[in-house]
Amino acid sequence: MTFINYAAREINCKIVYYGPGLCGKTTNLQYIYDRTNPSAKGKLISLATETDRTLFFDFLPLDLGTVKGFKTRFHLYTVPGQVFYDASRKLILKGVDGVVFVADSQEARMEANAESIRNLDKNLKEQGYEISTIPYVLQFNKRDLPTAVPTDAMYRQLNIKGEPTFEATATTGMGVFDTLKAVARLVLMDLKKK
Amino acid sequence: MTSPDLVLYDEEFQKIREALQRLRQDANANVVFLVDKNGQQIAAIGDLQTLDTTSLASLTAGNVAATDGLARLIGEKEFSILFHEGEKDNIHISIVAQRVILVVIFDERSSLGLVRLRVRRATAEIEKIFEDIASKVEKEKQTIRAADYESPFAEITDEDIDRLFSE
Repeated sequence: MTFINYAAREINCKIVYYGPGLCGKTTNLQYIYDRTNPSAKGKLISLATETDRTLFFDFLPLDLGTVKGFKTRFHLYTVPGQVFYDASRKLILKGVDGVVFVADSQEARMEANAESIRNLDKNLKEQGYEISTIPYVLQFNKRDLPTAVPTDAMYRQLNIKGEPTFEATATTGMGVFDTLKAVARLVLMDLKKK
Repeated sequence: MTSPDLVLYDEEFQKIREALQRLRQDANANVVFLVDKNGQQIAAIGDLQTLDTTSLASLTAGNVAATDGLARLIGEKEFSILFHEGEKDNIHISIVAQRVILVVIFDERSSLGLVRLRVRRATAEIEKIFEDIASKVEKEKQTIRAADYESPFAEITDEDIDRLFSE
């Protein structure tokens, strides 16, 4: 649900990073946070366990500049990836404008990726959204690992609707901003239709 | 989509600010602010210099969402009021018009009783403003349909978006 404030001339959009446990959602946000001009970002909030596993969500507000005289604000959220946190994931999808699915490229995680996409589809539906119409971007993360599955094989398994797809290594930042830019583009273009 | 986009116009924005300002004075509170259920801040009044209101908004919405989840688990519709008590400062959170969250931060200069009392009055006032917004948006939609009007974002181009990421 985009929030358009005509009084302050601002558009606020919510983007959620989704994916299986340990796929690198928080690492994506951390990299964006580290590489963004201090004037354009707020605090990165992580509600995590003592072992740095996301418990509820991470949150990063970003000011990207103006479009058509409106300040654009993106609120980036991650969900907890571990299967048993499903109730929390549903809450975070409320009012989402765009989704980035972060897939783990390791062979051993292919089933977890597929399971997480099924979970995303189900949870979006519960909130009244359809994965086929919502702005959606796919990221193949951890491309630097030796066990990474070839991208065409991953694409065949995980692609849903020919969505923009990016290879990434979130720890070094490769592909992180390309992914963000693609989802921001889809969300803003989606405003046109409204 | 489940709920329509939230749109705020200048006139109602000012009315909301006035209502919050009044609540802050009447309740002797430090800060009063309004957030939508998705964590977007709508308006804030009070001692804001030292406060990270964006984070506050997001965490408040997370808190309310988690509590809503808890309520449903035990068969309640919602817990309409949340209260957190600290050593010096306290936070009173309540739901207004089922879609926005009213937050009051206060210290020993006020009391929970006073805040609850004043919040009740302010809630009615703010609900009315949101009803007005809803009917205004509806009216506007009809005019738009009639005039085949395009939103200010209809003309967004790829270049506009590239510029956002040019830094």
